[in-house]
Amino acid sequence: MFELFIVVLDSTVRLSVPLLFACLAGLYSERSGVFDIGLEGKMLVSAFFAAVVSFESGSVWIGLGGGIIASIALSLVHGVAAITFRGNQIISGVAINFIAAGLTPLLGNYWYKRGGSTPALADEGRFLPIHLPFAEEMKDVPYIGNIYEELISGHNFLVYLGFAAVGFTYWLLFKTRFGLRLRAVGENPTAVDTAGISVIALRYRAVIICGILCGIAGAYLSIAQSSGFVVNMSSGRGFIALAALIFAKWKPVNALFACLLFGFLEAVAIPLQTYDLPLIGKMPVQFIQATPYILTVILLAGFIGKAIPPKAGGEPYVKER
Amino acid sequence: MSDKATLPRWIDIGLLPLINLIFAISISAAVVLIIGENPIEVAGILIYGALGYEEGIGYTLYYATNFLFTGLAVAVAFHAGLFNIGGEGQAYLGGLGAALVCLNFPNLHWAIIIPMAIIATAFFGALWAFIPAYLRAKRGSHEVITTIMFNLIAGSLMSYLLIYILSPEGTNQPLTDRFTPNSNIPKMHDMLSWFGIEFESSPLNMSFFLALLCAFGMWVLIWRTRFGYAVRTQGFSPSAATYAGISSAKVIIITMCISGALAGMLAVNESVAVAERLIIEFAGGFGFVGIAVALMGRNHPVGIVLASILFGILYQGGADLAFEIPTISKEMIVLIQGLIILFMGALEYMFKPVMLNVYHTLASGQSDTSVGEAS
Amino acid sequence: MTDQVDFAIELKNISKSFGAVQANKNIHLKVEKGTIHGIVGENGAGKSTLMSILYGFYKADQGEIFVNGKLTQIHNSKEAIAAGIGMVHQHFMLVENFTILENVILGAEGGQMLAKGEGHAREELARLQKDYGLTVDPDAIVEDVSVGQQQRVEILKALYRGAEILILDEPTGVLTPKEVDQLFAILLQLKEQGTTIIMITHKLREIMHITDNVSVMRRGEIIADRVTKNTNPQELAELMVGRSVLLKVDKGPAEPKEKLLEIKGLEYVDEQGVKRIKGVDLHVRAGEILGIAGVSGNGQSLMLEIIAGITKASKGEMLIKGKPVDIVKGVDAGQIRDMDVAHVPEDRHEMGLVLQFEEWENSILGYHNDPKYSNGQILKPGVIRQDARDMMEKFDIRPRNERLTSAKFSGGNQQKIVIAREINSDPDILLIGQPTRGVDIGAIEYIHNQIVAMRDAGKAVLLVSVELDEILSLSDRTIVMFDGNISGERITSETNDGDLGLLMAGIDSQQQDATNKGAQ
Repeated sequence: MFELFIVVLDSTVRLSVPLLFACLAGLYSERSGVFDIGLEGKMLVSAFFAAVVSFESGSVWIGLGGGIIASIALSLVHGVAAITFRGNQIISGVAINFIAAGLTPLLGNYWYKRGGSTPALADEGRFLPIHLPFAEEMKDVPYIGNIYEELISGHNFLVYLGFAAVGFTYWLLFKTRFGLRLRAVGENPTAVDTAGISVIALRYRAVIICGILCGIAGAYLSIAQSSGFVVNMSSGRGFIALAALIFAKWKPVNALFACLLFGFLEAVAIPLQTYDLPLIGKMPVQFIQATPYILTVILLAGFIGKAIPPKAGGEPYVKER
Repeated sequence: MSDKATLPRWIDIGLLPLINLIFAISISAAVVLIIGENPIEVAGILIYGALGYEEGIGYTLYYATNFLFTGLAVAVAFHAGLFNIGGEGQAYLGGLGAALVCLNFPNLHWAIIIPMAIIATAFFGALWAFIPAYLRAKRGSHEVITTIMFNLIAGSLMSYLLIYILSPEGTNQPLTDRFTPNSNIPKMHDMLSWFGIEFESSPLNMSFFLALLCAFGMWVLIWRTRFGYAVRTQGFSPSAATYAGISSAKVIIITMCISGALAGMLAVNESVAVAERLIIEFAGGFGFVGIAVALMGRNHPVGIVLASILFGILYQGGADLAFEIPTISKEMIVLIQGLIILFMGALEYMFKPVMLNVYHTLASGQSDTSVGEAS
Repeated sequence: MTDQVDFAIELKNISKSFGAVQANKNIHLKVEKGTIHGIVGENGAGKSTLMSILYGFYKADQGEIFVNGKLTQIHNSKEAIAAGIGMVHQHFMLVENFTILENVILGAEGGQMLAKGEGHAREELARLQKDYGLTVDPDAIVEDVSVGQQQRVEILKALYRGAEILILDEPTGVLTPKEVDQLFAILLQLKEQGTTIIMITHKLREIMHITDNVSVMRRGEIIADRVTKNTNPQELAELMVGRSVLLKVDKGPAEPKEKLLEIKGLEYVDEQGVKRIKGVDLHVRAGEILGIAGVSGNGQSLMLEIIAGITKASKGEMLIKGKPVDIVKGVDAGQIRDMDVAHVPEDRHEMGLVLQFEEWENSILGYHNDPKYSNGQILKPGVIRQDARDMMEKFDIRPRNERLTSAKFSGGNQQKIVIAREINSDPDILLIGQPTRGVDIGAIEYIHNQIVAMRDAGKAVLLVSVELDEILSLSDRTIVMFDGNISGERITSETNDGDLGLLMAGIDSQQQDATNKGAQ
C-alpha cells in the first residue's frame, strides 16, 4: 500500500510540473493586469517547436530554447493586442489558442508527413531522469529509501526546475523591486504611472516571462515527458493551469499546491477506476477529471473563500480623462 | 462639427473590418507560401470545393448552420455586455437534451417529437448557461472564466454519460443508439426531390431554416422588443440602465439563457438531423468558431448569416483542399479562424489611429478648400 | 521697487484641450515659495487638469513651466518628482492590498532588492512622523486603514521622494472634520519647514482658513488672484460661480398647493463610511419650484439620485403624493417613475442618454415599458419615432433627425432630448439636476421657460443647480446645502446672491443678525 502511494505521488509530481510552469506563467501575466486564456495555445506551440528543434539539432537544450522562443512569439502577439492596441484580452487569448491548434499540425504535417506528429526523439534530444547521489544505495532503507529513490530522485531536470521556479517566483514577486512594481501594476496602473514607472514596459516584461514559462511547460510535454510531439498534445492543460491559478488566488506557493492537487487528481483518476471505494463504489474517471473545474467554479462563486483577481486585470490601461 | 476621435460609419463598420480581414487572409496566404504552395491556386480549390458543385454547396450550408447557431449565441450575450465563451459546452448539453427526447419517446409522431427535440436542445443549452449567468448576476463571478470551466465540465459529464449511461449494452463506443426514425429531420436533397428537383445528396437539412429563423428571431428580440431594448441599454451603459429602472440581474440571466439555448440548438443540426445519434465530442470546436462568426458579423444577424456562410466555405473548401493538396491539412482552417479572430477581434483598433489620421487629413483638406470658396 | 518674492512655481500661458473641450486656457499662475496657495473653482473648471499638467500626467498643448525660477520640462510624473513636485490626488493613487510601506517605496525603492529600501523607508517614515506628526503604521494594509490615514500615506509618498512643492487635489473631500483639522495642522507644519503647498478645493471656508493666496478658476481660465486676507468667501463664491449672461425668466408668482414630495431625516453614508448627507428634511409643493443651491459635492446630487431611486439611502423617509416609499431598502428607478416622477439627471452622458443609441431610442429611455410604445413585448418603432419627431419639433431639437446617433447631437440638444422626454411623460413631480450645464445660451432660455411652464401647470419641481443665477431666476423657494446639511432656506424673492453665497460657504447671515439682535 505504501509503495502504491509513493508511485501515485511520483506520477503526481510528474503530471503537476507542466501545470505548474503554465500556472506560474499565467501568474506573472495576470498579476501585471493582462488576462491570459491563451496558456493552452502557447504550451502547444512550444511543445511542437521544442520537439522539432530538438529533433533537428539533436540537442535537448536547443530544443528547449526553440520551444521557449515560439511561446514568447505568441506572448508578444498577445502583448501587442492587449497592451499596445488595447484590444480585448479574452478574444486575443481565444485567437492564440486557435492559431496554435492550427499551426502546429499544419507545419508538422508539412515537415514530417506523419499526420502532424514529429519523429521520435533520441535520448540526447530529451530530458532524461536524473538519479540523485546514493539513490541506488538507499533504495532498500525502509520508507525513507523508497521516498528518496522513487519520489525525490529520478526525475528530469525540468521537474526540479519547476519546483525551483516556485521559490524563485515567490522571491521575485515579494522581495524585489520588479516584483513590487509588477504586483502594483495589476492592481492600480494609475498609481504606478504617477509614481513615474512605465506601465507598458512592465506589462510587456510580465508577458514575456509568461511566454518563457509557458515555453518550458510545453517543452516538458514533448521533450521530457514524451519523446516527440503529437497533435493537440497540451489537451487542455493550459485550462487546468488557469483553473489552478484561480484556485491558488494568484499566489505562487498556493499555485504549487493547487497544481499538485490537480496533478494528483490526474494521477489517481486511472487507478481509482479499478478500485471499489467504500460507499462510492467505482469512481468514474470523468468525475475526477472535472473536479478541478468544479472546485474553481465554487471558489469563483465565493462559496469557499473568495478568489479576487488582480483589480486591473483584463482592462487596457488608458490615462483617465 | 469635426470630431477628431470619430470616423464615418462606413469606415468604422465597413472599411476598417475589411482591412483587418485582408490582413488575416494575407497572413494565411503567407503561411501557404511558406509550405510551398501557391495561395491563388489554393484559394481556387477552396472556393470550388465549397461552391463549385451541388454537394459542396450543401456541405457549406450544413456547416454554416452550425456557425449560425453558435455565432448568434455569442452575439446575443454580447449585446448585454456579456462574453459567453461557453457555447461549446452548451451545445454539448443540447445534444443530451436531444438524446433524452429521441431515445425515450421513439414512438411519438414526427410532428411532436421533432419540436420536442428542438425545445430540449434549447432547454439543456440554456440550463448549462444558467449557472454561470446566475453566478455572474448574483455573485459577480466573471462569466468568461465560469463558462470556460463549464465547457470542460460538460466534456467530462458527457463522456461519462456516453460511456456509462447512454451507450447501448454491449458496446464500448461512446455513442448512443440511433435515434428513432420519427425524429429524422428532412434533408434538403430529399425535400427538393419532392418537388422534382435533383440535388446531390449532402447533410444540409431543414435545421438551416431553423437557424435562419433564429437569426430573424434574434433581430426581433434585440431591436424590436422591450426586453431587447433593456439588453442593449445594459450592454452600452449599465448606469443608464439603472437610471431607466432596468434590472441588470434579470437582463444578465435571461440573455445568457437565450444565448445558451441558441448554442444548444447546434445539436438539432449535428445530432438530430445529421448523425441521428449522440456522438462524443460532436460539438468539435463549433462553439468556439461562434466567437469568430459573431466578431466578423459585428453581432448583427445579417452579418452573422454572411459570416457563417464564409466560415462554411472555409470548412467545406478546406476539407476539399486537404484532400486535393495533402501538404495542407484541414487544420489550415483552424489557423485561418485564429487569424480572423486575432485581427478582427483583438486587433480591431490596430488601424484606427492611422485611419483617423488619413481621414481627417483628407477631410480637413477638403473643408479648407470649401471654406476658401465660400469666402 | 523690484519684486523680490521667490516663486516656487510659475506657469506661463498654459493651454490644454481634450478633443473639442478646452480644459485650460492661457493659464498664468505664480506660487510663492513657502506659502499655501489655494485654487478654487467649480467642478469642471479645469483645476485638476492644470495640476495634472504640472505633475506631468498630461502634456500641455502650449505654455511653459518654471520651477524655482528655472524653465523645466515636465513630460511625465518621473520628471515632476525629479523637479521636487509631489501630488496627492483626489482619488488616491494607492495600491489597496499593499502595506503602507510598500506604497511609500513604490517607484522609489532604492535598488533592485526591497529589503534595503524598506529599511531606509522605515527610518525616513519615523523621521517624518516626528517632524510633522504624520503617524502611520508602516505594516498596515492600505485598504484596512481610514481614509485620513490613506491620505497621509499619499503625503508621505510625496515627502519620501523629496517633494518641496506639494499639490493637494480636493484633500478634504473624503475626510471627517477631525481629520481635516489634523490635515491642516500637518500642512501648516510643512509650510513652516519651507514646503510650498498648492491646494485645490471648492470649499471656501478651507481657503479662508489655511491659504495665503488664492486663485479662482472658471471654465478653464484663471479669472482672479487674491491675497487671502484681502478677500472674503462671498467674493470668492461670486467669482467661482460667475456672472453668466442670464436672461431674466418671465414668471408670475407661484401658487403652491399640496405637498407632492416630502423627505424626512435623510442620511447617506458612503462606502468609505463617510456621512455625505446628514439628516435632511424638505418638501416640494404642487405648483412651486424648489431650488437647491450649493457648491457641488455638498450632498445635493446624491440626494437627487436617492429621490430618483438610483441610490439607496442609509436612513430616512420619503413620501410621494402622500404615499411612503422605502428609500432605505431600496426601490428602483422604474418604480419611482411609475409614481409620476420624472428625472432629468445631472450627468446626461452617464445616465440620461445611451450615447450609442439613435435619438428616437433615447426618447423612451425609462419609458420603454409604457403600453403606448409596445404591443406586448414587441415595440412599435413607428409610434416611438413619431413621438420622437413630435418632441423634436416641440422642443426644437436640432438637427431634426431622430435616426441620428445621440452622441452626434450638441450638448444643448442632448440635454433637450432628455428634458423633452421627461416633460413629455407628463409627470406630477419633476426632478431636475444641472439643467443647463454645458448648454448654449439659446437653449438655456428655452429650458428655463419649460421648467416654469411645468410649475404653472401645477407640477412640483425640484431643481438642483450650482449656477446661482439659475436658482435665483427660477426657483420660488431656495434651500442651500452645505456639507451634507441644509445651511439655510429662503424665499427666493427675499434673498440675493450675496446672502446665498454666504450660505454656500456655510454661513447664515440671517441667523447671525438674529443672534446679534439677541445679544443687544
